[in-house]
Amino acid sequence: MRIELNVNGTVHEIDVEPRTTLLDCLRDLLDLKGAHAGCEHGVCGACTVLFDGVAVRSCLMFAAQAAGTPITTIEGVTPGPGELSPIQDAFCETHGTQCGYCTPAMILVAHALLADNPEPTRDQIVDAISGNICRCTGYAQIVEAIALAAERLRGANRPRSFNK
Amino acid sequence: MKAAPFDYSRAADIDEACAWLAADEGARVIAGGQTLVPMMVMRLARPTRLIDINRIVALSYIRSDGDGVAIGATTRQCVVERDPLVGSKIPLLARAIPNIGHAATRARGTIGGSLANADPAAELPLVAVTLDAVLNYRAGGETAEIPAREFFIGPMITSLPAGGCLVGARFPVWPGGRIGVGFHEVNARRSDFAFVSAAVQVELGSDGKCKRIAIGVGAATDFPMRLESAEQQLTGSALDAKAVDAALREALADVDTLEDLHASAEYRRRAAISLASRAVADALAQAHGKTAHAH
Repeated sequence: MRIELNVNGTVHEIDVEPRTTLLDCLRDLLDLKGAHAGCEHGVCGACTVLFDGVAVRSCLMFAAQAAGTPITTIEGVTPGPGELSPIQDAFCETHGTQCGYCTPAMILVAHALLADNPEPTRDQIVDAISGNICRCTGYAQIVEAIALAAERLRGANRPRSFNK
Repeated sequence: MKAAPFDYSRAADIDEACAWLAADEGARVIAGGQTLVPMMVMRLARPTRLIDINRIVALSYIRSDGDGVAIGATTRQCVVERDPLVGSKIPLLARAIPNIGHAATRARGTIGGSLANADPAAELPLVAVTLDAVLNYRAGGETAEIPAREFFIGPMITSLPAGGCLVGARFPVWPGGRIGVGFHEVNARRSDFAFVSAAVQVELGSDGKCKRIAIGVGAATDFPMRLESAEQQLTGSALDAKAVDAALREALADVDTLEDLHASAEYRRRAAISLASRAVADALAQAHGKTAHAH
Protein backbone atom coordinates (compact mmCIF):
# COMPACT_ATOMS: atom_id res chain seq x y z
CA MET A 1 0.00 0.00 0.00
CA ARG A 2 1.13 3.55 -0.75
CA ILE A 3 1.50 5.92 2.20
CA GLU A 4 2.85 9.38 2.93
CA LEU A 5 5.19 9.50 5.87
CA ASN A 6 6.25 12.81 7.40
CA VAL A 7 9.70 12.24 8.89
CA ASN A 8 11.91 15.03 10.21
CA GLY A 9 9.92 17.59 8.26
CA THR A 10 10.09 15.79 4.91
CA VAL A 11 7.12 13.99 3.40
CA HIS A 12 8.07 10.68 1.76
CA GLU A 13 5.70 8.79 -0.52
CA ILE A 14 6.50 5.12 -0.15
CA ASP A 15 5.14 1.63 -0.74
CA VAL A 16 4.85 -0.59 2.33
CA GLU A 17 3.29 -3.88 3.23
CA PRO A 18 0.65 -3.50 5.95
CA ARG A 19 2.90 -5.61 8.21
CA THR A 20 5.91 -3.31 7.81
CA THR A 21 6.56 -1.71 11.17
CA LEU A 22 7.38 1.97 11.39
CA LEU A 23 10.84 0.90 12.60
CA ASP A 24 11.56 -1.27 9.54
CA CYS A 25 10.16 1.41 7.27
CA LEU A 26 12.47 4.08 8.73
CA ARG A 27 15.55 1.86 8.59
CA ASP A 28 15.06 -0.09 5.38
CA LEU A 29 13.02 2.20 3.14
CA LEU A 30 14.12 5.66 4.28
CA ASP A 31 17.66 4.64 5.25
CA LEU A 32 17.34 6.33 8.65
CA LYS A 33 19.37 3.93 10.77
CA GLY A 34 19.20 5.92 14.00
CA ALA A 35 16.15 4.08 15.34
CA HIS A 36 17.65 0.78 16.43
CA ALA A 37 16.12 -2.66 16.26
CA GLY A 38 16.66 -4.31 19.64
CA CYS A 39 14.01 -6.69 20.87
CA GLU A 40 11.42 -5.79 18.22
CA HIS A 41 8.57 -6.50 20.60
CA GLY A 42 8.34 -3.38 22.71
CA VAL A 43 10.55 -4.24 25.65
CA CYS A 44 13.96 -2.60 25.11
CA GLY A 45 13.06 0.90 23.88
CA ALA A 46 15.95 1.10 21.35
CA CYS A 47 13.52 1.91 18.52
CA THR A 48 12.00 5.00 20.21
CA VAL A 49 10.98 7.88 17.95
CA LEU A 50 8.93 11.00 18.57
CA PHE A 51 5.41 10.63 17.19
CA ASP A 52 3.83 14.06 17.18
CA GLY A 53 6.44 15.05 19.77
CA VAL A 54 5.73 12.13 22.11
CA ALA A 55 8.17 9.24 22.63
CA VAL A 56 6.76 5.96 21.27
CA ARG A 57 8.13 2.58 20.27
CA SER A 58 8.41 2.41 16.47
CA CYS A 59 8.46 -1.41 16.54
CA LEU A 60 4.94 -1.44 18.01
CA MET A 61 3.36 0.57 15.23
CA PHE A 62 2.82 -0.32 11.61
CA ALA A 63 4.05 2.26 9.11
CA ALA A 64 0.56 2.49 7.62
CA GLN A 65 -0.76 3.67 10.98
CA ALA A 66 1.82 6.44 11.17
CA ALA A 67 0.86 8.06 7.85
CA GLY A 68 0.24 11.77 8.15
CA THR A 69 1.61 12.28 11.67
CA PRO A 70 4.91 14.16 12.15
CA ILE A 71 7.71 11.80 13.18
CA THR A 72 11.10 12.83 14.53
CA THR A 73 14.04 10.45 14.59
CA ILE A 74 17.49 11.08 16.05
CA GLU A 75 18.54 12.31 12.60
CA GLY A 76 16.03 15.12 12.98
CA VAL A 77 17.16 16.63 16.29
CA THR A 78 20.42 18.22 15.16
CA PRO A 79 20.23 21.97 14.48
CA GLY A 80 22.34 21.62 11.30
CA PRO A 81 24.85 19.40 9.50
CA GLY A 82 27.81 18.60 11.73
CA GLU A 83 26.12 20.12 14.78
CA LEU A 84 24.66 18.52 17.87
CA SER A 85 21.60 19.42 19.92
CA PRO A 86 22.23 20.53 23.52
CA ILE A 87 21.04 17.11 24.70
CA GLN A 88 23.42 15.29 22.34
CA ASP A 89 26.23 17.55 23.52
CA ALA A 90 25.47 16.72 27.14
CA PHE A 91 25.57 12.98 26.38
CA CYS A 92 29.06 13.40 24.87
CA GLU A 93 30.35 15.46 27.76
CA THR A 94 29.16 13.18 30.53
CA HIS A 95 30.08 9.97 28.66
CA GLY A 96 26.40 9.13 28.45
CA THR A 97 27.13 7.00 25.39
CA GLN A 98 28.99 3.73 25.75
CA CYS A 99 28.38 1.22 22.98
CA GLY A 100 25.81 3.67 21.58
CA TYR A 101 23.06 1.18 20.85
CA CYS A 102 20.50 2.66 23.25
CA THR A 103 21.73 6.25 22.79
CA PRO A 104 19.45 7.64 20.03
CA ALA A 105 16.39 6.41 21.95
CA MET A 106 17.69 7.79 25.26
CA ILE A 107 18.24 11.18 23.63
CA LEU A 108 14.76 11.24 22.09
CA VAL A 109 13.19 10.27 25.42
CA ALA A 110 15.17 13.13 26.98
CA HIS A 111 13.87 15.50 24.28
CA ALA A 112 10.27 14.50 25.02
CA LEU A 113 10.84 14.80 28.78
CA LEU A 114 12.48 18.22 28.66
CA ALA A 115 9.94 19.62 26.22
CA ASP A 116 7.27 18.72 28.77
CA ASN A 117 9.16 19.35 32.00
CA PRO A 118 12.16 21.72 31.83
CA GLU A 119 13.07 21.10 35.46
CA PRO A 120 12.88 17.35 36.08
CA THR A 121 13.97 15.86 39.39
CA ARG A 122 16.40 12.94 39.35
CA ASP A 123 13.46 10.59 40.02
CA GLN A 124 11.55 12.00 37.08
CA ILE A 125 14.56 11.50 34.79
CA VAL A 126 14.95 7.92 36.02
CA ASP A 127 11.25 7.30 35.47
CA ALA A 128 11.42 8.79 31.96
CA ILE A 129 14.22 6.45 30.85
CA SER A 130 12.87 3.43 32.75
CA GLY A 131 11.45 2.01 29.52
CA ASN A 132 14.85 2.07 27.79
CA ILE A 133 17.40 -0.63 28.44
CA CYS A 134 21.16 0.14 28.40
CA ARG A 135 22.98 -3.19 28.28
CA CYS A 136 26.29 -1.42 29.10
CA THR A 137 24.45 -0.40 32.31
CA GLY A 138 25.66 3.18 31.89
CA TYR A 139 22.54 4.63 33.45
CA ALA A 140 24.31 6.95 35.90
CA GLN A 141 25.97 8.94 33.11
CA ILE A 142 22.76 9.00 31.09
CA VAL A 143 20.86 10.48 34.03
CA GLU A 144 23.72 12.96 34.51
CA ALA A 145 23.59 13.91 30.82
CA ILE A 146 19.87 14.64 30.92
CA ALA A 147 20.22 16.69 34.11
CA LEU A 148 23.07 18.69 32.51
CA ALA A 149 21.09 19.27 29.32
CA ALA A 150 18.07 20.38 31.36
CA GLU A 151 20.19 22.88 33.25
CA ARG A 152 21.67 24.30 30.03
CA LEU A 153 18.34 24.50 28.24
CA ARG A 154 16.85 26.34 31.21
CA GLY A 155 19.72 28.83 31.01
CA ALA A 156 19.44 29.32 27.26
CA ASN A 157 17.79 32.48 25.94
CA ARG A 158 17.73 34.13 29.31
CA PRO A 159 19.50 37.32 30.32
CA ARG A 160 22.92 36.51 31.77
CA SER A 161 21.89 37.96 35.14
CA PHE A 162 19.39 35.09 35.52
CA ASN A 163 22.08 32.43 35.16
CA LYS A 164 23.77 32.16 38.48
CA MET B 1 10.22 -10.97 14.74
CA LYS B 2 8.02 -9.93 11.84
CA ALA B 3 4.25 -10.24 11.79
CA ALA B 4 2.60 -12.62 9.33
CA PRO B 5 0.97 -10.84 6.36
CA PHE B 6 -2.46 -9.29 6.92
CA ASP B 7 -4.80 -6.78 5.30
CA TYR B 8 -5.12 -3.35 6.84
CA SER B 9 -8.31 -1.27 6.94
CA ARG B 10 -8.75 2.06 8.65
CA ALA B 11 -12.31 2.45 9.94
CA ALA B 12 -14.02 5.82 9.52
CA ASP B 13 -16.60 5.06 12.20
CA ILE B 14 -17.51 2.38 14.69
CA ASP B 15 -20.20 0.75 12.55
CA GLU B 16 -17.75 0.34 9.68
CA ALA B 17 -15.32 -1.31 12.10
CA CYS B 18 -18.08 -3.65 13.37
CA ALA B 19 -19.18 -4.54 9.84
CA TRP B 20 -15.62 -5.51 8.87
CA LEU B 21 -15.23 -7.41 12.10
CA ALA B 22 -18.44 -9.36 11.47
CA ALA B 23 -17.45 -10.10 7.86
CA ASP B 24 -14.11 -11.73 8.66
CA GLU B 25 -13.64 -14.17 11.52
CA GLY B 26 -9.88 -13.66 11.49
CA ALA B 27 -10.07 -9.87 11.74
CA ARG B 28 -8.91 -8.06 14.86
CA VAL B 29 -9.36 -4.49 16.01
CA ILE B 30 -6.15 -2.57 16.64
CA ALA B 31 -6.20 0.38 19.02
CA GLY B 32 -2.88 1.26 20.70
CA GLY B 33 -1.34 -2.05 19.61
CA GLN B 34 0.96 -2.25 22.61
CA THR B 35 -0.10 -5.84 23.34
CA LEU B 36 -1.43 -6.94 19.96
CA VAL B 37 1.68 -6.00 17.96
CA PRO B 38 4.08 -7.96 20.22
CA MET B 39 1.69 -10.94 19.94
CA MET B 40 1.71 -10.57 16.15
CA VAL B 41 5.49 -10.31 15.75
CA MET B 42 5.92 -13.36 17.96
CA ARG B 43 3.32 -15.01 15.71
CA LEU B 44 1.15 -15.80 18.71
CA ALA B 45 -1.57 -13.83 16.93
CA ARG B 46 -2.11 -14.01 13.17
CA PRO B 47 -5.08 -11.83 12.29
CA THR B 48 -6.11 -11.90 8.65
CA ARG B 49 -7.10 -8.25 8.82
CA LEU B 50 -6.35 -5.39 11.17
CA ILE B 51 -9.15 -2.91 11.63
CA ASP B 52 -7.57 0.31 12.80
CA ILE B 53 -9.93 2.36 15.00
CA ASN B 54 -7.33 4.94 16.04
CA ARG B 55 -8.67 7.65 13.74
CA ILE B 56 -12.29 7.41 14.87
CA VAL B 57 -12.42 10.77 16.61
CA ALA B 58 -15.74 9.96 18.33
CA LEU B 59 -14.04 7.19 20.36
CA SER B 60 -11.59 9.51 22.11
CA TYR B 61 -13.15 11.48 24.96
CA ILE B 62 -13.29 12.01 28.71
CA ARG B 63 -16.49 13.59 29.97
CA SER B 64 -18.85 13.83 32.90
CA ASP B 65 -21.77 11.49 32.36
CA GLY B 66 -24.48 11.75 35.02
CA ASP B 67 -22.99 10.37 38.24
CA GLY B 68 -19.94 9.02 36.46
CA VAL B 69 -17.11 9.80 34.10
CA ALA B 70 -17.21 8.30 30.62
CA ILE B 71 -13.99 7.54 28.78
CA GLY B 72 -13.82 6.63 25.09
CA ALA B 73 -12.23 3.36 24.00
CA THR B 74 -9.31 4.91 22.06
CA THR B 75 -8.48 7.52 24.70
CA ARG B 76 -4.76 7.16 25.33
CA GLN B 77 -3.67 6.02 28.77
CA CYS B 78 -1.28 8.99 29.02
CA VAL B 79 -4.19 11.38 28.43
CA VAL B 80 -6.30 9.79 31.18
CA GLU B 81 -3.23 9.81 33.46
CA ARG B 82 -3.04 13.61 33.31
CA ASP B 83 -6.71 14.48 32.99
CA PRO B 84 -7.95 16.80 35.78
CA LEU B 85 -11.51 15.41 35.71
CA VAL B 86 -10.18 11.87 36.16
CA GLY B 87 -7.81 13.07 38.90
CA SER B 88 -10.60 14.65 40.91
CA LYS B 89 -13.52 12.28 40.18
CA ILE B 90 -11.91 8.84 39.66
CA PRO B 91 -8.69 9.12 41.69
CA LEU B 92 -8.23 5.34 41.77
CA LEU B 93 -7.86 5.31 37.99
CA ALA B 94 -5.36 8.19 38.09
CA ARG B 95 -3.46 6.37 40.83
CA ALA B 96 -3.29 3.07 38.92
CA ILE B 97 -2.33 4.26 35.43
CA PRO B 98 1.35 5.12 36.10
CA ASN B 99 1.80 1.40 36.86
CA ILE B 100 0.89 0.46 33.27
CA GLY B 101 4.02 -0.17 31.17
CA HIS B 102 6.17 2.88 30.51
CA ALA B 103 5.47 6.43 29.38
CA ALA B 104 6.23 5.37 25.79
CA THR B 105 3.66 2.55 25.87
CA ARG B 106 1.05 4.67 27.69
CA ALA B 107 1.48 7.23 24.90
CA ARG B 108 -0.09 4.72 22.49
CA GLY B 109 -1.95 2.30 24.76
CA THR B 110 -5.67 2.93 25.11
CA ILE B 111 -8.30 2.44 27.79
CA GLY B 112 -10.49 0.24 25.60
CA GLY B 113 -7.57 -1.79 24.30
CA SER B 114 -6.44 -2.80 27.76
CA LEU B 115 -9.99 -3.62 28.89
CA ALA B 116 -10.74 -5.68 25.77
CA ASN B 117 -7.41 -7.51 26.08
CA ALA B 118 -8.46 -8.67 29.58
CA ASP B 119 -5.03 -9.64 30.84
CA PRO B 120 -5.54 -10.91 34.41
CA ALA B 121 -2.48 -8.89 35.51
CA ALA B 122 -3.50 -5.62 33.84
CA GLU B 123 -4.31 -2.55 35.93
CA LEU B 124 -7.32 -1.17 34.02
CA PRO B 125 -9.51 -4.30 34.29
CA LEU B 126 -8.79 -4.33 38.04
CA VAL B 127 -9.83 -0.70 38.45
CA ALA B 128 -12.94 -1.28 36.29
CA VAL B 129 -13.98 -4.23 38.48
CA THR B 130 -13.18 -2.43 41.73
CA LEU B 131 -15.22 0.62 40.80
CA ASP B 132 -18.02 -1.35 39.07
CA ALA B 133 -17.45 0.41 35.76
CA VAL B 134 -19.88 -0.29 32.93
CA LEU B 135 -18.46 -1.08 29.49
CA ASN B 136 -20.26 0.02 26.32
CA TYR B 137 -19.91 -1.76 23.04
CA ARG B 138 -21.33 -1.62 19.57
CA ALA B 139 -22.37 -4.73 17.64
CA GLY B 140 -24.66 -5.14 14.66
CA GLY B 141 -25.67 -1.47 14.68
CA GLU B 142 -26.77 -1.61 18.33
CA THR B 143 -25.15 -0.20 21.45
CA ALA B 144 -25.17 -2.30 24.61
CA GLU B 145 -23.64 -2.33 28.08
CA ILE B 146 -21.86 -4.93 30.18
CA PRO B 147 -20.93 -4.40 33.85
CA ALA B 148 -17.18 -4.89 34.36
CA ARG B 149 -17.82 -7.78 36.76
CA GLU B 150 -19.58 -9.68 33.96
CA PHE B 151 -17.16 -8.60 31.22
CA PHE B 152 -14.02 -10.41 32.39
CA ILE B 153 -14.69 -14.13 32.34
CA GLY B 154 -11.23 -15.69 31.91
CA PRO B 155 -7.59 -14.91 31.15
CA MET B 156 -7.72 -12.75 27.99
CA ILE B 157 -11.37 -13.77 27.62
CA THR B 158 -14.33 -11.41 27.80
CA SER B 159 -18.06 -11.67 27.28
CA LEU B 160 -17.88 -9.18 24.38
CA PRO B 161 -19.89 -10.81 21.56
CA ALA B 162 -18.10 -11.76 18.34
CA GLY B 163 -18.25 -8.82 15.96
CA GLY B 164 -18.58 -6.39 18.88
CA CYS B 165 -16.25 -3.46 19.46
CA LEU B 166 -15.80 -1.57 22.74
CA VAL B 167 -16.91 2.04 22.53
CA GLY B 168 -16.01 3.21 26.01
CA ALA B 169 -16.32 2.70 29.74
CA ARG B 170 -18.23 4.60 32.38
CA PHE B 171 -16.67 4.82 35.82
CA PRO B 172 -19.13 5.69 38.63
CA VAL B 173 -18.06 8.62 40.81
CA TRP B 174 -18.61 8.09 44.52
CA PRO B 175 -20.46 11.02 46.03
CA GLY B 176 -19.13 12.46 49.27
CA GLY B 177 -15.91 14.30 49.94
CA ARG B 178 -14.06 11.90 52.21
CA ILE B 179 -12.83 9.47 49.60
CA GLY B 180 -9.44 7.81 49.68
CA VAL B 181 -7.78 5.37 47.30
CA GLY B 182 -4.89 2.94 47.39
CA PHE B 183 -3.18 0.86 44.73
CA HIS B 184 -0.27 -1.55 45.13
CA GLU B 185 1.29 -4.20 42.95
CA VAL B 186 4.35 -6.42 43.03
CA ASN B 187 6.38 -7.29 39.95
CA ALA B 188 9.93 -8.28 39.01
CA ARG B 189 10.80 -4.88 37.55
CA ARG B 190 8.98 -1.59 37.38
CA SER B 191 6.38 -1.73 34.58
CA ASP B 192 6.42 -5.51 34.24
CA PHE B 193 3.26 -7.50 34.60
CA ALA B 194 2.06 -7.67 38.17
CA PHE B 195 2.31 -10.97 40.05
CA VAL B 196 -0.42 -9.60 42.29
CA SER B 197 -2.11 -6.21 42.48
CA ALA B 198 -4.67 -4.62 44.79
CA ALA B 199 -6.96 -1.61 44.40
CA VAL B 200 -9.03 -0.03 47.14
CA GLN B 201 -11.43 2.86 47.40
CA VAL B 202 -12.83 4.00 50.74
CA GLU B 203 -15.43 6.52 51.79
CA LEU B 204 -15.49 7.68 55.40
CA GLY B 205 -18.63 8.88 57.15
CA SER B 206 -18.78 11.99 59.33
CA ASP B 207 -18.00 9.74 62.34
CA GLY B 208 -14.68 8.76 60.71
CA LYS B 209 -15.86 5.17 60.21
CA CYS B 210 -15.89 3.33 56.90
CA LYS B 211 -19.13 4.15 55.13
CA ARG B 212 -18.26 2.29 51.95
CA ILE B 213 -15.31 0.25 50.72
CA ALA B 214 -14.40 -1.54 47.49
CA ILE B 215 -11.46 -3.96 47.48
CA GLY B 216 -10.21 -5.52 44.24
CA VAL B 217 -7.38 -7.99 43.67
CA GLY B 218 -5.75 -8.58 40.28
CA ALA B 219 -3.37 -11.17 38.81
CA ALA B 220 -4.14 -13.63 41.62
CA THR B 221 -6.90 -15.36 39.66
CA ASP B 222 -7.98 -15.68 36.01
CA PHE B 223 -9.62 -12.26 36.11
CA PRO B 224 -9.81 -9.42 38.65
CA MET B 225 -11.92 -10.25 41.69
CA ARG B 226 -13.66 -8.29 44.43
CA LEU B 227 -13.28 -9.31 48.06
CA GLU B 228 -16.96 -8.87 48.84
CA SER B 229 -16.98 -10.63 52.21
CA ALA B 230 -14.18 -8.34 53.44
CA GLU B 231 -16.01 -5.29 52.09
CA GLN B 232 -19.14 -6.29 54.04
CA GLN B 233 -17.21 -7.00 57.24
CA LEU B 234 -15.29 -3.74 57.12
CA THR B 235 -18.17 -1.42 56.27
CA GLY B 236 -19.05 0.49 59.44
CA SER B 237 -15.70 -0.31 61.08
CA ALA B 238 -12.81 2.02 61.86
CA LEU B 239 -10.63 0.02 59.43
CA ASP B 240 -8.04 -0.75 62.07
CA ALA B 241 -5.14 -2.78 60.74
CA LYS B 242 -5.94 -5.97 62.66
CA ALA B 243 -9.54 -6.10 61.54
CA VAL B 244 -8.54 -5.38 57.95
CA ASP B 245 -5.92 -8.12 57.98
CA ALA B 246 -8.37 -10.66 59.43
CA ALA B 247 -11.08 -9.77 56.93
CA LEU B 248 -8.65 -10.02 53.98
CA ARG B 249 -7.28 -13.36 55.21
CA GLU B 250 -10.75 -14.79 55.48
CA ALA B 251 -11.80 -13.45 52.08
CA LEU B 252 -8.78 -14.97 50.36
CA ALA B 253 -8.66 -18.24 52.34
CA ASP B 254 -10.60 -20.31 49.84
CA VAL B 255 -9.57 -18.52 46.66
CA ASP B 256 -7.84 -20.75 44.15
CA THR B 257 -4.90 -18.45 43.34
CA LEU B 258 -2.82 -18.88 40.18
CA GLU B 259 0.51 -20.68 40.20
CA ASP B 260 3.23 -20.25 37.58
CA LEU B 261 7.01 -19.96 37.14
CA HIS B 262 7.03 -16.51 38.73
CA ALA B 263 5.01 -17.08 41.86
CA SER B 264 3.41 -19.95 43.74
CA ALA B 265 -0.28 -19.98 44.60
CA GLU B 266 0.56 -19.52 48.28
CA TYR B 267 2.84 -16.56 47.53
CA ARG B 268 0.07 -14.93 45.54
CA ARG B 269 -2.36 -15.39 48.42
CA ARG B 270 0.06 -13.87 50.94
CA ALA B 271 1.00 -11.02 48.61
CA ALA B 272 -2.65 -10.29 47.90
CA ILE B 273 -3.35 -9.96 51.64
CA SER B 274 -0.33 -7.68 52.17
CA LEU B 275 -0.94 -5.48 49.12
CA ALA B 276 -4.65 -5.13 49.83
CA SER B 277 -4.00 -4.18 53.46
CA ARG B 278 -1.44 -1.56 52.34
CA ALA B 279 -3.94 -0.23 49.83
CA VAL B 280 -6.63 0.00 52.55
CA ALA B 281 -4.15 1.84 54.81
CA ASP B 282 -3.28 4.31 52.04
CA ALA B 283 -6.92 4.89 51.21
CA LEU B 284 -7.78 5.43 54.87
CA ALA B 285 -4.90 7.88 55.40
CA GLN B 286 -5.91 9.79 52.28
CA ALA B 287 -9.56 9.99 53.32
CA HIS B 288 -8.58 11.12 56.84
CA GLY B 289 -6.23 13.71 55.35
CA LYS B 290 -9.14 15.23 53.49
CA THR B 291 -10.97 15.80 56.77
CA ALA B 292 -7.97 17.49 58.31
CA HIS B 293 -7.61 19.60 55.21
CA ALA B 294 -11.25 20.70 55.33
CA HIS B 295 -10.91 22.09 58.87
